[in-house]
Amino acid sequence: MGLVDRALDGDRLALARLVSEIEDETPAGDAALGELFPHTGRAHLVGVTGGSGTGKSTLVNQLALKIRSGQGNGNPKKVAIVAVDPSSPFSGGAILGDRIRMRDLAGDPGIFIRSMASRGALGGLARRTRSVVQLLDACGFDLILIETVGAGQSEVEIASTAYTTIVVDSPGLGDEVQAIKAGILEIADILVVNKADLPDAPKAVRALRMALELGYPKGAITRTQSGQTEPAAAPSTWSPPLLETIATQGEGISALLEAIDRHRDYLMASGEIEARRRGRVRAEMDQLLRDQLAVDFLSARGEEAYQQAVERVLARQLSPRQAVQGLIQGEVEGR
Amino acid sequence: MPKSQQRVLIAKPGLDGHDRGAKVIARALRDAGFEVIYTGLRQTPEMVAEAALQEDVDAIGLSILSGAHMALVPKLMALLEAQGQTDVPVLLGGIIPDQDVPALNEMGVASVFGPGTETGAVIQAFRTAIESTDRGH
Repeated sequence: MGLVDRALDGDRLALARLVSEIEDETPAGDAALGELFPHTGRAHLVGVTGGSGTGKSTLVNQLALKIRSGQGNGNPKKVAIVAVDPSSPFSGGAILGDRIRMRDLAGDPGIFIRSMASRGALGGLARRTRSVVQLLDACGFDLILIETVGAGQSEVEIASTAYTTIVVDSPGLGDEVQAIKAGILEIADILVVNKADLPDAPKAVRALRMALELGYPKGAITRTQSGQTEPAAAPSTWSPPLLETIATQGEGISALLEAIDRHRDYLMASGEIEARRRGRVRAEMDQLLRDQLAVDFLSARGEEAYQQAVERVLARQLSPRQAVQGLIQGEVEGR
Repeated sequence: MPKSQQRVLIAKPGLDGHDRGAKVIARALRDAGFEVIYTGLRQTPEMVAEAALQEDVDAIGLSILSGAHMALVPKLMALLEAQGQTDVPVLLGGIIPDQDVPALNEMGVASVFGPGTETGAVIQAFRTAIESTDRGH
């Protein structure tokens, strides 16, 4: 049996080796993806993003534990985790340390954890994270948690990869203006203030709540008797709930899981899931097209012409944009 | 196309809490261009074997300072074999008495490092161990 059939059959070693083939962009990996793609589309994809040190890995650990302990009805879902950490821009090496926080999950055959280095990609994920997620989806994992690198403000690729994006914040990271800047907060389907036992937590919650209320029309938010903001019942709109967790103690995790389920139901009921699926396919194909065109172009044009264009930019004879235009039109030759 | 990147697991099985050595090695490997999966303290052999499997690493580096290597290493080697990971070399560093080294090599440990080993020598040993397998690409 080949790797693909073995992986579909639940062989974890075969699955792990296929992930490497895909990550290394080998022809065998590409062929496997082609074969597996018809089996994808069943898993719910949940992204977890936020700054470094906000507790993403600990939160992912707790979410997976809770799901596997069987909250909700029926059999506990199979959970895969893809955790991305940055590669060194100098050596290309990386320290992938997300497993340190996930030791509670060891020994459970219903969980598969894979660390990925970003390998130079800047959007918060690795170039092949989407493909690895597709492989895990095809191999029968019901829920896939995708943890980004510690994201600052603009690493928002996760939003076009996952169906439900959780943005994790923790107290003491910035003022109210940080909370209304464009970027990472805008992609949140669910907002979490982790480390809610820290003294500054109420301030962080207030700042985020204010930012949410500025961003979402009043009608979209209803207030329950307890004064908590809750999304309105109408399924046509979604306003991101703001939740507090203490991941190290497992507090607030049930509420977070419920919010994930609610968001999933909303995506289905409103038809939004179709728009997201379409958006994901577009984003992935755009990326692949760009990558492939660049590779094809450079191999057709040759390294020499490219080097010459670089030299002319260095000599300030051409702007970078003029140089690229020239290369495309075949005008940058020997000089 | 990017050439396949080498991935190694650095693990500390057993109960001692001294992880400085493991961190120094992890950092040195990172600076030499390896992707290092670091699992932290107090791992059981089962946890190490499972992490190596899921991460599909090209080599495993163990740091053991507790004196329990003659118990932990055979257990890990047996697990790796049972899982079909016989092509993953295992390297060991820590406080390992000289007289244990032949037995460890016999079990299949590729290299054993004591205190004071230069990080350059450790990196070279990882490269050599990986090249000697058919995972050497």
